[in-house]
Amino acid sequence: MAVTNPKPDPLAARLAGLAMPDGGAWVQDARKGALDRLTVQGLPGRRDEYWQFTRPDSLNAPDPDAAGVFDAGGEAPVYGEIDRLKVVFVDGIFSAEESDPLALAGIEIERLAQAAASDIHWAQGLYGVLEERGQTPVARPFAALNTAFAGDGVVIRVTGKAAKPVNLIYRHENETSDALLHHVVKLEPGADLTLLENGPAAARFNKVMEVEVGDGAAFHHVRTQGRDHERQAVTHVFARLGAEAVFKSFTLTVNGLLTRNECVVELTGDDAVAHIAGAAMGDASACAFHHDDTVFVTHDAERCESRQVFKKVLRNGAVGTFQGKILVKQGAQKTDGYQKSQALLLDEDATFLAKPELEIYADDVICSHGSTSGAIDEEAMFYLRSRGVPEVLATDLLVLAFLADTIAEIEAPDIADDITSRLDAWLQRRRG
Amino acid sequence: MLKINNLHVKLEEEEKQILKGVDLEVPAGAVHAIMGPNGSGKSTLSYVLSGRDGYEVTEGGATLDGEDLLEMEPEERAAAGVFLAFQYPVEIPGVGNMTFLRTALNAQRKARGQEELSAADFLKLIREKAKALKIDADMLKRPVNVGFSGGEKKRNEILQMAMLEPKMCILDETDSGLDVDAMKLVSEGVNALRDEGRAFLVITHYQRLLDHIKPDVVHIMADGRIVKSGGPELALEVEHNGYADILAEQV
Ligand SMILES: Nc1ncnc2c1ncn2[C@@H]1O[C@H](COP(=O)(O)OP(=O)(O)O)[C@@H](O)[C@H]1O
Ligand SMILES: [Mg+2]
Repeated sequence: MAVTNPKPDPLAARLAGLAMPDGGAWVQDARKGALDRLTVQGLPGRRDEYWQFTRPDSLNAPDPDAAGVFDAGGEAPVYGEIDRLKVVFVDGIFSAEESDPLALAGIEIERLAQAAASDIHWAQGLYGVLEERGQTPVARPFAALNTAFAGDGVVIRVTGKAAKPVNLIYRHENETSDALLHHVVKLEPGADLTLLENGPAAARFNKVMEVEVGDGAAFHHVRTQGRDHERQAVTHVFARLGAEAVFKSFTLTVNGLLTRNECVVELTGDDAVAHIAGAAMGDASACAFHHDDTVFVTHDAERCESRQVFKKVLRNGAVGTFQGKILVKQGAQKTDGYQKSQALLLDEDATFLAKPELEIYADDVICSHGSTSGAIDEEAMFYLRSRGVPEVLATDLLVLAFLADTIAEIEAPDIADDITSRLDAWLQRRRG
Repeated sequence: MLKINNLHVKLEEEEKQILKGVDLEVPAGAVHAIMGPNGSGKSTLSYVLSGRDGYEVTEGGATLDGEDLLEMEPEERAAAGVFLAFQYPVEIPGVGNMTFLRTALNAQRKARGQEELSAADFLKLIREKAKALKIDADMLKRPVNVGFSGGEKKRNEILQMAMLEPKMCILDETDSGLDVDAMKLVSEGVNALRDEGRAFLVITHYQRLLDHIKPDVVHIMADGRIVKSGGPELALEVEHNGYADILAEQV
């Protein structure tokens, strides 16, 4: 009689090393709910349509692959010139020593673990709640896994105008770290917060951020994901916007073996505005580069505006993917939806895969999308070189020019300038 | 300064011969004009001299002060002193005009082993040169040639030339698309640069530019060759009689 091995259960294997953290009843309920969702969904597989461009295997694996720590060699830190409240995580664990005291006019900020320990907390209305809303119509198993098992993160309630930006800094020290972070941000009506994020975080990083932007509130999010080559990350932003709320999110990604950034935005109040932008730059000559932007914007109110601007610069076998959807629900009249995804392929080995989607159930809307990929403009290249600009430098100028309209989505000029100079410096260092 | 010797050029992609044996010598301090009907190969000559891709030199050559031009990369030619004012200046969205010029100037200085110009010195210099060409601050800030009128693009070419101070200036139909006032500005810009160490090759379709920029020698190009050379009076002859007579002489 043949003995057949039972088919190994990848979810069970993935969960084997994870323990649900302690916490009050509300958070435990949320975590158990998330685990139930995950159990029903299972981990994403290769036949999952939502993962058609990106292989989830290394994210599914019980243990992360090791990732070396990038030597920044005395480079100026991102946001270095910006006055900000620094909150530091090392390999996914909050570092009180390296962080500023968690106090800032206009906001209440505390560690997730601390909030979770309370019997009653405002975060109860959001933790795992926006994530769960974002699970339909498409499953996002890594977000459910995060809600179930993340023990660290910050919860921020913004009651007025935050006195300065909050900067979440993710340091990576341990070459085999596997980090889960979960943040909750609630902006009360009329409140205003700029949230900055940077750093590679861990060898493998899973992050969820749930953001509620109340009526008339404004949330500005600027993130840089650098620069360790072998790091892997899957991140989710779930945002819900009230009337006249503003949500603007920009991400710059440079290097990374695998990055999947999902952004799920729901416009639920009239006249809300959501802009989501991303610039990614990858060179797979030393180590693979795969960058996946997955965006889902739902219009469920009148006269809202949404804008997606994603650009990728790819070379030497780097892969960039984009899945972006605008869903306009019945009654969401006067919706203005825009989506653009473009790739600049610096050689013939680079690949860009895109799936732009519109699904519209209202009749009085303006929605457009466009996806293109192409090489460097040879006319521009010759023009620059004929003026004495060497080819590598000309390429970098054209790369910066290509990415410029994503950076233009950052509203604060000092932060936009900071991002531009960092990018410029990184390109310069690469040129040697 | 510039010596072109029996230059034969064909397109890389097709079997199409465009230049069929061009001989030309422009000494330092001189202004030479090339006139000729459309399609005779004038732009091709200017592109081959500045190093654009897509052409294959099948015979002959070109040197700048004795150095083989055709062996150099476009940026090396620029650093060696070649400048082409484009017939159709290229728009580069996202690259500011100032950034572009500063990068170009400093790259050339670096290639020549000179110190880079500081931001302040650069600003002072460009303001002064731009003023003479009636190029305002707004045009300097805008992306390279984007949204510029035809005349603005040509003035911008001359601004670049004034900033980069090349020794071999090639102007390809810089007069096309210019009204009388702009033509004067551009010509003044060119004339201001005339000196003993610098040579000009002015490609034009019309004699009128040569009223402003007085050439020492005029060449007529037809079907990939220089078919006639002479003094400024040759340009007047073309103006009055067209190319037909000159071309007929060749047969
Ligand atoms: N890249 C090209 N592809 C096809 N034909 C070309 C190309 N460049 C030049 N030619 C041809 O070569 C000839 C000379 O062109 P050009 O140098 O532009 O002439 P001119 O500047 O004197 O008007 C023309 O017949 C033109 O069509
Ligand atoms: Mg021409």
